[in-house]
Amino acid sequence: MSFTILNVGILTWMTFLPIVGMVVVLLLPKTNKGAMRWTALAVTVFQVVLAGLIYANFNRGMTGINSAETMQFKELFSWIDIKSVAWFGRIHIDYFVGIDGISAPMVLLTALISFVAVIASWNIEKAVKGYFALFLLLDTGMMGVFVALDFFLFYVFWEVMLLPMYFLIGVWGGPRREYAAIKFFIYTLFGSVLMLLALLALYFSVTVVDPATGEKLHTFNMLAMMNPANFEPGSILSGLNTYWRYVAYIALFIGFAIKVPLFPFHTWLPDAHVEAPTAISVILAGVLLKMGTYGLMRVAFPIFPDAAMYYLYPLAFIGFINIVYGALCAMAQKDFKKLIAYSSISHMGIVILGMTAMNTQGMMGAVFQMFNHGTITAMLFLIVGVIYDRSHTRGLDDFGGLMNQMPKYSAIMVIAFFAALGLPGLSGFISEAFSFLGAFQTFRWLAVASTLGIILTAAYMLWTLQRVFLGTLPDKWKELPDINGRELVALVPLAIIVIILGIYPAPMLNMMNASANYLVDFVRGGGGLTLLGK
Amino acid sequence: MLQLILQSIGYIRPETALVFTLLSAIVADLVFKRKAIVAGIVLGGFAAVAYYVVDEIGVNLSIFSNMLAVDPFAVYFKFVVVTASIIIVLFSLSSNEVLSSTRRIGEYYALLVAMTTGMFFMVGASNLLMMYLSLELTSISSYLLAGFTKEAPDSAEASLKYVIYGALSSGFMLYGISIIYGLTGSLDLYSINQVLTQGGAGRLALLFGGVLAIAGFGYKISAVPFHFWTPDVYEGAPVTITAFLSVASKAAGFAMLMRFLKVGFADLTVATLPAGLWATVKGFELTNVLIIIAVLTMTLGNLVAIWQDNVKRLLAYSSIAHAGYMLLGLVVLGNDGYAATMIYFVVYLFMNLGAFYVVMLVANKTGSEDIQAYKGLGSRSPLLAVAMAIFLVSLTGLPPTAGFIGKLYLFAALIRAKLIWLAIVGVLNSVISLYYYVRIFRNMFLRDSEGSAEPLTFDAMSIVVLLVLLVPTLALGLYFGPLVTFAQNSVAMFGVR
Repeated sequence: MSFTILNVGILTWMTFLPIVGMVVVLLLPKTNKGAMRWTALAVTVFQVVLAGLIYANFNRGMTGINSAETMQFKELFSWIDIKSVAWFGRIHIDYFVGIDGISAPMVLLTALISFVAVIASWNIEKAVKGYFALFLLLDTGMMGVFVALDFFLFYVFWEVMLLPMYFLIGVWGGPRREYAAIKFFIYTLFGSVLMLLALLALYFSVTVVDPATGEKLHTFNMLAMMNPANFEPGSILSGLNTYWRYVAYIALFIGFAIKVPLFPFHTWLPDAHVEAPTAISVILAGVLLKMGTYGLMRVAFPIFPDAAMYYLYPLAFIGFINIVYGALCAMAQKDFKKLIAYSSISHMGIVILGMTAMNTQGMMGAVFQMFNHGTITAMLFLIVGVIYDRSHTRGLDDFGGLMNQMPKYSAIMVIAFFAALGLPGLSGFISEAFSFLGAFQTFRWLAVASTLGIILTAAYMLWTLQRVFLGTLPDKWKELPDINGRELVALVPLAIIVIILGIYPAPMLNMMNASANYLVDFVRGGGGLTLLGK
Repeated sequence: MLQLILQSIGYIRPETALVFTLLSAIVADLVFKRKAIVAGIVLGGFAAVAYYVVDEIGVNLSIFSNMLAVDPFAVYFKFVVVTASIIIVLFSLSSNEVLSSTRRIGEYYALLVAMTTGMFFMVGASNLLMMYLSLELTSISSYLLAGFTKEAPDSAEASLKYVIYGALSSGFMLYGISIIYGLTGSLDLYSINQVLTQGGAGRLALLFGGVLAIAGFGYKISAVPFHFWTPDVYEGAPVTITAFLSVASKAAGFAMLMRFLKVGFADLTVATLPAGLWATVKGFELTNVLIIIAVLTMTLGNLVAIWQDNVKRLLAYSSIAHAGYMLLGLVVLGNDGYAATMIYFVVYLFMNLGAFYVVMLVANKTGSEDIQAYKGLGSRSPLLAVAMAIFLVSLTGLPPTAGFIGKLYLFAALIRAKLIWLAIVGVLNSVISLYYYVRIFRNMFLRDSEGSAEPLTFDAMSIVVLLVLLVPTLALGLYFGPLVTFAQNSVAMFGVR
């Protein structure tokens, strides 16, 4: 199904509207900071409205994953077409976007988090123009990654995010911002260049027949790469379970693992999170980390199902390390923001554990956990931001007894904290339960061991709660004002979503059910070999 | 014979136009007091040259009994060279370094034209002697230009170093040529190829001669280990000349090397290879040598660049690294590799000249090429800083800039030839390169200016030139079809398939 506004598809609006906003921001006079903020807000509100339209019109029965027919809101245009010469085939790159049950929740999440982040950016006073211009460019990159179905396009969006992120951390960040920004940049670029090589190897291995001319041509189309029948015999990635297929899978894996981030590639994350301004931490934790796991689901698993199955256990084990190691590190932190950063590592481990379970519960748990972690961690970072704006410190031991001083703030905080530690009735519980349920069937002992992470999470979350919000209020914080209206506008929608999805998760689960189920069958079947009837 | 020569003369119109431009520039320098007139004449001359080059599109001939080839390959590189030349003249018009020596500015332009003439012959030369002579014509002009601001001590030093290294490598090259001549009895690449494909040369001697000849080319393209002159010359020479050397003279050197390898030493008769790939002649298995040179060149260039504080010197090392990337295209021994290198050159032309132009503008205003001078540039001149950022992103090879397309094609050629590990070395090098390019970002945007924080303003002319370089750097990243098509169609060299 497709949906257009002024003859332009809804996903294109979603993706490129921020670019339009960026141009507007750049053209505004330097002094008019208000107009820049409102432009960014207008763009993201419009994105949220579009996200609502997508939610309302999304066909929950269509599977997507590898079939263009069941991709929704899709748009396909020829972008680059270079005629063949005697010694080099035709190069054809499409502007191909579309969503299915895996990407739709991510698109909704991105729209929501971007909106929240703009609100959280309202008090930025330094170089406002540059900030919002880069922010909107980042928005385009994020949205593009989740809607792209052409690998080349995907890669371009993936890389487009790097530079704005570098500057957003590097210019508007904390004291060690230069170090954090370059570390983020180098790590991610390292991952993505390996992805580029895998992309090229795939390109030269996959051929499809152009329906228009009947000529065989190489393609960047991800969906075509998922069909084992399209791999040219004798090409570098043809066959199943070959050396080069494993190498290519690992190259993709490293690219995505750095983004998630998986142990041992995680060291950029605490630095980046701690130094980034609040809104950017929200974006980082809320959306950027999901790109890693999304990439595994969208690209690595279905294109290399053989390698995915082969490395399933090691990957699950890395997930386990992430869960426990992240939780242990979080427990040792004295900095509020760093604690949340490590808790992200722990929670993203649950996503990995869920998806490597390779069954419906696990996969749905993973996608749902991605969404929930996005909302919950965004709340946590906003909460840290609120208190940091007021007190200019994030030391956990500097606080105490805030519960009485800031009651409204504490109410929101309680929701976020309990959602993060997986209290039943809040959204985090459901996705964690699904992930562990799935994992328990596949890796019994690993799943059991990973539940240690849940206990640790409860421990550090409650401990933090106690240190910051209970006990006696230090005298210096007696004047601390409660949360203000703007901050509530950012936090309340997230809190509502967390509660609703905790009580009634069906709206989300229905959206992803068909695709998650199909993805599992597809990967288990060795790249649809069984589906093809081979 | 006379008939042949007369016919051939019809095909050297661009070169003839260059010679006329050179002569008029010298005369105008003597006659007119206003030196802008000389610049005008040179610009007009280059425009005429470009016109004649356009005229040569589609020609595929060998002239002057195989001395020169006028083929799509040569025409492509002539475009690169003449575009670079025109841009450099535009640079020179606003360069304080060049303008400060008013008296000799006529010579400057004349030498620039002479150098361009040499390069035009380099890209077409298909006879070893012709190659040597055109290389010397280019080199001698560039020695003089490198030392043009002779008042500055490092300029004189640069020039002297350049001459000494140049002389040494010419010596090597001549020696190599003489060995090849002794082995094959000919200086004509086509006859050399004929003799070699029939296996008529001793293996060791041929390898020796080949390596020596490659040393000469390696010097021109500043490949490791023949690069020692590059950083000093690039740092000491006026920015305009540095930029010119880093793009045009490198392009001409590459064109010559590529023709030398393919026309002279490729065995195109091997039928088992897929279309567009070829093998080297027996006894000339230089592929591994090229791989080593390429890997060393990019790695050393990138690693040393990290420690540089002078931006011009930093860009000098970066240009060494880029020569390494471009050599990757030659290693493949195939048309796709050659096309990739050619695509890279056009991309490199815009992004590298752009970066040097920003260096020049900053030096004009602040009098410094040191990285410290870039502190706070983001707020002092947002346009300049953003432009510089885009050029540097492109040099790193990130989408959506042209540099990405250049790298994409190079790595694609490597992957297609299954040289996976070489491709991995290549991409890791671009990660390293990010580190030192980011140092400039950091100073421009993340740090505040230490000295004066006053906004820098530039005249309209400078901004136009900046945009002329900036727009292709972005546009070619998003829409690269025409460039690729042009490069792929231009791979054809006369006489070889």
